[in-house]
Amino acid sequence: MDLHLGRATASTAERAAVDAELGPPATRWEGGGRDRAEDGRVSYGGRDARSQRHLLLPVLHAVQKQIGWVSDGALTYVAQRLTVPPAEVYGVATFYSMLSIRPRPGRVAHVCDDIACRIGGANPLIDQLTADFGPAGTPRGDATWIRSPCLGLCERAPAVMFQLAGDEADESHAPAAANQVNAVLGGGSPAVFVPGSTPQTLPPRDESLRLLRRIGVADPDSLDDYRAHGGYEALRRALQLGPAGVIREITDSKLMGRGGAAFPTGVKWSGVASAPARPHYLICNADESEPGTFKDRVLMEEDPFALVEAMTIAGYAAGCELGYLYIRGEYPLATRRLEGAIAQARARGLLGLDVMGRGFAFDIVLRRGAGAYICGEETALMNSIEGYRGEPRNKPPFPTVAGLFGKPTLINNVETLFNVLDVILGTGPAYATVGTEKSTGTKLFCVSGCVTSPGVYEVPFGTTLREMIDLAGGVRDGRPLQALLLGGAAGTFVPEEQFDTPLTFEGTREIGASLGSGVIMLFDDTVDLVDILTRVAGFFRDESCGQCVPCRVGTVRQEEALIRIGTGRSNGSTAADVELLAELSLVMKDASICGLGQTAPAALQSALALNLLGVGASGAADTSTTPESSTGNKQRTPDAS
Amino acid sequence: MRRNAPVMLGAIRRMLDFELDGEPVRAPEGSTILDVCREQGIDTPTLCYLDNLTPVNACRVCMVEVDGSRVLVPSCSRDVEAGMVVKTDTERVRHSRKMVLELLASSTDMSLAEDAVHRWMDSYGVDIKRYGPPGPPAAAGERDRRQAGHHHVPDGLTAETVAQPVKIDNELYVRDYARCILCYKCVEACGEDAQNTFAIAVAGRGFDATIATEFDVTLPDSACVYCGNCIAVCPTGALMPKSEYDMRQAGTWDETKQDQVTTVCTFCGVGCNLELTTQDNRIVRVDSPIDHSITNGHLCIKGRFGYAHVQN
Repeated sequence: MDLHLGRATASTAERAAVDAELGPPATRWEGGGRDRAEDGRVSYGGRDARSQRHLLLPVLHAVQKQIGWVSDGALTYVAQRLTVPPAEVYGVATFYSMLSIRPRPGRVAHVCDDIACRIGGANPLIDQLTADFGPAGTPRGDATWIRSPCLGLCERAPAVMFQLAGDEADESHAPAAANQVNAVLGGGSPAVFVPGSTPQTLPPRDESLRLLRRIGVADPDSLDDYRAHGGYEALRRALQLGPAGVIREITDSKLMGRGGAAFPTGVKWSGVASAPARPHYLICNADESEPGTFKDRVLMEEDPFALVEAMTIAGYAAGCELGYLYIRGEYPLATRRLEGAIAQARARGLLGLDVMGRGFAFDIVLRRGAGAYICGEETALMNSIEGYRGEPRNKPPFPTVAGLFGKPTLINNVETLFNVLDVILGTGPAYATVGTEKSTGTKLFCVSGCVTSPGVYEVPFGTTLREMIDLAGGVRDGRPLQALLLGGAAGTFVPEEQFDTPLTFEGTREIGASLGSGVIMLFDDTVDLVDILTRVAGFFRDESCGQCVPCRVGTVRQEEALIRIGTGRSNGSTAADVELLAELSLVMKDASICGLGQTAPAALQSALALNLLGVGASGAADTSTTPESSTGNKQRTPDAS
Repeated sequence: MRRNAPVMLGAIRRMLDFELDGEPVRAPEGSTILDVCREQGIDTPTLCYLDNLTPVNACRVCMVEVDGSRVLVPSCSRDVEAGMVVKTDTERVRHSRKMVLELLASSTDMSLAEDAVHRWMDSYGVDIKRYGPPGPPAAAGERDRRQAGHHHVPDGLTAETVAQPVKIDNELYVRDYARCILCYKCVEACGEDAQNTFAIAVAGRGFDATIATEFDVTLPDSACVYCGNCIAVCPTGALMPKSEYDMRQAGTWDETKQDQVTTVCTFCGVGCNLELTTQDNRIVRVDSPIDHSITNGHLCIKGRFGYAHVQN
């Protein structure tokens, strides 16, 4: 492919950042000391260069990290090295919120203002930062702060992530105070990580924990300690069972995927294992971005070797020699711990060409996302790995048939893979005795919001919402509960009379809800739900990839209509806007390409159905009260973010 | 046809039986639902679909209901299967089609869209007034500079649109992205489906996504080779020859005075068919028939723009 490249050239530092990722250019055609007069503006990358397109996002990450933004010169050099048209590199670079294609200060604080942080002190933090530092996005010296969607630290809200150019590592931190953020923006070192996300592991420790059993016990940086706590026994047993035996145990366990869709894991595994096309790929979906969700982060931060082991078992069973671990860009600590775990496992022969000396090959490539909720959708994630924009693909074909690089691909969520260890250590039928008939095993729930002890909780399927609330110590400060959101921003509100519903896939389906990613968020009577739902609507508007019309425009119209309702400034009548929201909801659910658009109206529609906003779902607004007075909220004016 | 020339039959394909709007239908394996709908004379709206491009199923206006599918299915890219039960005129289908057209019309200038689009908007009952008056247009380049994941929270009083000034940076064609419905057709025509130039791609995200060159450089600074194949596939007049644009601006573009003349391009030996649009005995626009076996509707810069000598 002949590329037409722009005139901008990369600086020495930019070239160094790219070369550090890709290695030095083999010939000057690939970006060595080229002579413009002699070579014109044409690059002659061959098949070898083009086959590296999957390195596009890692290379852009490297430039962003070293320089603080991606200039046109850097972009041109990346295009040249990978033989990707510059327009396409630009399309990819502008897709991710953590990449900046305009000059940006080197120290950026991403301050979460999403739903959990919003009720956990984000607003005072933002007000203080605005007063001390200036409005969001204002550069001061080499620093700035910007608003961010959920950073997955909901249990310790408010959260902040520092994205730091140069050699300093990115860090996320919670709970964050304005003076701490100011100190880091002023050049100070990021605050030290404070653990404590799993209340059941605090004394008195709950000894029945399965998925969380090593959390707080085993050293996440030590392979030896992992082995001392039962690590790699599951892989040893899997090798005894053989691939077919492993899949049989998984099938017998009736394990269902924990990523939100609840697909039977055994069906998926045997589908990939028996697919005739080769090679097979494995992907671990660790792009946990659903607002309110942080369970996978806790697992990866505190027990990273377990994920490496579980992926090895999955690769062995499904005949995959390579597994991609795609982790969201906002999880710097989990990323570092996993990098360490993968390196140690490789050094000890637990990954590589001859795993455990048993003659099968498996290795893991860690890929860091760059700020895109949509990349948690499995086919969008595959496009992202391949170096394309993270836009979902049309299904069918499904990933088990044609997934990553068009090959059969096994893709599982982090929590699902952790369960695999549990299944293999016992037997499938034994695993199936826990939980309920159709929802087997234990489930992790992310409890946050106005709750006494927020954190990740592990309970058997079938536990009720009421029991979960009690386990977490009830509503904070003993206040009355106003609402409960189940399943995250894409989930639904559940009314109190349904709190005795067992938390299972089938139980929640019966009440028209979904477990989603296991979010249970509590809102007490002081929370402004219109504000919360406006944030959710804004979240989906920001995170829509823009590919299909129902989601791209529907999320914009949904936010506008909700703001009209919330501010009592309807174009026609509030009833007409409620009706409009219902119609938007229907087209988004029916006609969007992927789950993002299909679930974008879910929370809002359930809130309207439960009359949480002071306007009924029927559209018949209570004429005696304005929406504001009926929810006890003062008039809001939209703010810019 | 030359004597003794081979007769091209195509691959032999199995016939599949399925149900379409309650009627039993047979279609060869590999047909899409849209293919069958068209063959059966069922008017199915499409925007991002074109016979000479790979379906991207992004616009979601051709949705149909298929039994057993939780959500609606894009007819342009779903192959028919034996025993499938397809419904094209249910309440859900009509609602989705109406809403897609309505959402586009409320955010985009559809005034120059193909006649069929206006017919569909009428028949599905599109009403854009309920979204409020359109918001103010963006300043030149403002939409191109938006950062993914950030937007200004609206006040809800106006409906946000993609309105922005026209981009005129060369003498051959203009880009009026206020009319762009992001159907991806131009990107496909510029890329793998026709020209393999890759001068443009989708950039940005969500409602702020745009069709862009790298860093939004002007077309003369980009990889564009001015084949104009993007113009030919654009369904809404967002991409338009400068000659046509200038006439429309001057108010002299008059379709009632125009004729279509088919001829063969004389620049090289390939033999591309040209479809000349003439007005007042002058060429005002050049296209190629989409069903022409040589061009598939695509041309090069010479065929599409190299006609000035004819009228000098």
